[in-house]
Amino acid sequence: MAWIRALGPYRWATGRLRGWGVTGRTAVTSVPYLWLLLFFFVPFLIVLKISVSGIRLGMPPYDPLVTWAAAQVMDLRINMANYSFLWEDALYRNAYLNSLLVAGVSTVLCLLIGYPMAYGIVRTKPSMRNLLLLLVMLPFWTSFLLRVYAWIGILKNNGLINNLLMSMGVIDEPIVMLQTNFAVYLGIVYSYLPFMVLPLYTAIEKLDLSLLEAASDLGCRPTKAFFTITVPLTMTGIVAGCMLVFIPAVGEFVIPALLGAPDSLMIGRVLWEEFFNNRDWPIASAVAIAMLLLLVFPIMILQRVQGKQMESHR
Amino acid sequence: MANTRQDDRSEPWKDPGAMPYVRIDKVTKKFGDFVAVDDITLNIYRGEIFCLLGGSGCGKTTLLRVMAGFETPTAGSIWIDGVDVTAMPPYERPVNMMFQSYALFPHMTVEQNVAFGLRQDKLPKQEITERVIEMLKLVRMNQFAARRPHQLSGGQRQRVALARSLVKRPKLLLLDEPLAALDKKLREHTQFELINIQETLGVTFVVVTHDQEEAMTLASRIGVMNHGEIVQVGTPTEIYEYPVTRFVADFIGSVNMFEGSLIEDEPDYVRVESAELGGIFHVGHGVSAAPNATVWVALRPEKIHVSRERPEGNGDNRVAGVVAEIAYLGDQSIYLVRLAGGRMVRVTQPNIVRQGGGDRITWEEPVWLSWDSSSPVVVTQ
Repeated sequence: MAWIRALGPYRWATGRLRGWGVTGRTAVTSVPYLWLLLFFFVPFLIVLKISVSGIRLGMPPYDPLVTWAAAQVMDLRINMANYSFLWEDALYRNAYLNSLLVAGVSTVLCLLIGYPMAYGIVRTKPSMRNLLLLLVMLPFWTSFLLRVYAWIGILKNNGLINNLLMSMGVIDEPIVMLQTNFAVYLGIVYSYLPFMVLPLYTAIEKLDLSLLEAASDLGCRPTKAFFTITVPLTMTGIVAGCMLVFIPAVGEFVIPALLGAPDSLMIGRVLWEEFFNNRDWPIASAVAIAMLLLLVFPIMILQRVQGKQMESHR
Repeated sequence: MANTRQDDRSEPWKDPGAMPYVRIDKVTKKFGDFVAVDDITLNIYRGEIFCLLGGSGCGKTTLLRVMAGFETPTAGSIWIDGVDVTAMPPYERPVNMMFQSYALFPHMTVEQNVAFGLRQDKLPKQEITERVIEMLKLVRMNQFAARRPHQLSGGQRQRVALARSLVKRPKLLLLDEPLAALDKKLREHTQFELINIQETLGVTFVVVTHDQEEAMTLASRIGVMNHGEIVQVGTPTEIYEYPVTRFVADFIGSVNMFEGSLIEDEPDYVRVESAELGGIFHVGHGVSAAPNATVWVALRPEKIHVSRERPEGNGDNRVAGVVAEIAYLGDQSIYLVRLAGGRMVRVTQPNIVRQGGGDRITWEEPVWLSWDSSSPVVVTQ
């Protein structure tokens, strides 16, 4: 490689780049930023643009943002009707609230199941620990969609559970589980549990066990020590896990579509229907933008909390 | 320092009627096949600073953890102030521990850390505040009450940990390597501070340490441990001057150890012939061993005298050699003297007269080593 560095053009180019502030370090760190810019920020702007236009029949199915009224007169039309419609129509409000409820309950359930799991994995002997972590991650090796479909086979009226219970004589007729809220919660908790367990595992693993011994030594019972020492010191993991479950769960579409009742209102489903059934792109975009804003603020608050936590834990 | 402290103290361990404050009764702790603590029986008296001294893996920390309640003994029992605490969980024991890592709660301030133990007892707020302030004053950390552990230096953390473990006024304080994380100067300073605090509060201390100097300074008595057993219990002076085994003699301070055989065994003196030495030891104390048995003679480096002239006397307790190495340490010099048989002997001499000029013993110079008959100690195992 040294001979390349010695070449005149190479030296000229690197000198120039450095003059613009481009060095090896900035080049490497800029890759994810570029990626996010191209595939997140630019699409976001496009969706934002569509959300403030009006619907029309044709291709594309929305009005252009900028038209030329005359040769030099630019006509910029920002249509806020989509947003006011979202606010006025109870359908969207209910869908949002229901999504937040489902995501919130699922997150709490994931935390209640995930925390003991993560704690248990940390406390097993090291040889078992990696195996258990592998088992947590194992579902990722199969398609998410397939796993949700598999639950249909388990939950449906003549599915695995009902057949088993009926053959054992526990029940006479099948319990309706598929297309209920129960199935949606089950599906979300099942699918997102690993996202809860893994950050919790890393947080709990870092916990210094002598702190719990110190608490016990100072007269603190184990249950109380858990809430006064373990929980505050693993808060980063709890917050991270909850965000990783809550955020995708709010916009979840596949699980309620496959396992939930047809009339169950989840914002992801509403979005889908606006896009593909009603072909109302502007409304669908407004739904998406509103969902994003709804999520961004709690995330920002949580991140601030987490930042403070990190500061005090060093 | 250690001597003056012992002089003005009673020595309850010498009184057969004295009631031990902590009684460790035939305690064994096994981890699988590994025996960490092997059938230890030990009495510790009120107001003592008892040091458990030993190398890493000797079981001293395990014994401390058994006393704190973090480990359940495989066999035996622990009594504190006449109460059997063997089955008592740590949060009910009248015992507090200062951890080697200090184990301060990182998410709490200094004040909250110290108050933690009192809060568990549901004491009135007013009393908690008063006692916390009092304890922080004692360890001179009251200005730092609002800081968090990560904002403190190592020495400050050590003092917070001490305050936290003392604030509940425990009957017994267990200290696991309390000074190991401090640098040398601070360690020496803190040793004396620890003694002062212990005397002020009158708490019984059990200190685990691998540092023999620390044990010598702090302890009223030292228990030397090896392979899960207590090899010798005694005051620092007893341990240093009258070690009972080769291990103890070797572990505490430095020592020259010679193998030899008993050629004369009288009640008030023995003579040991040592091929290693190329001479005969005349030792001014009796030994219980069979004639001609193999014994070891321990001779401390500072108790050997170096001279150019042949010392007077009958020929025992002296040997000729050649200076092989000299290390000048300022306050003293270490000489490594090679004997005729090739054996090296370590000798330390205080540098009373300023060095740098004049006529002093130098490398490759033939010298005579001699010592008093009260200096060597004969050990049989």
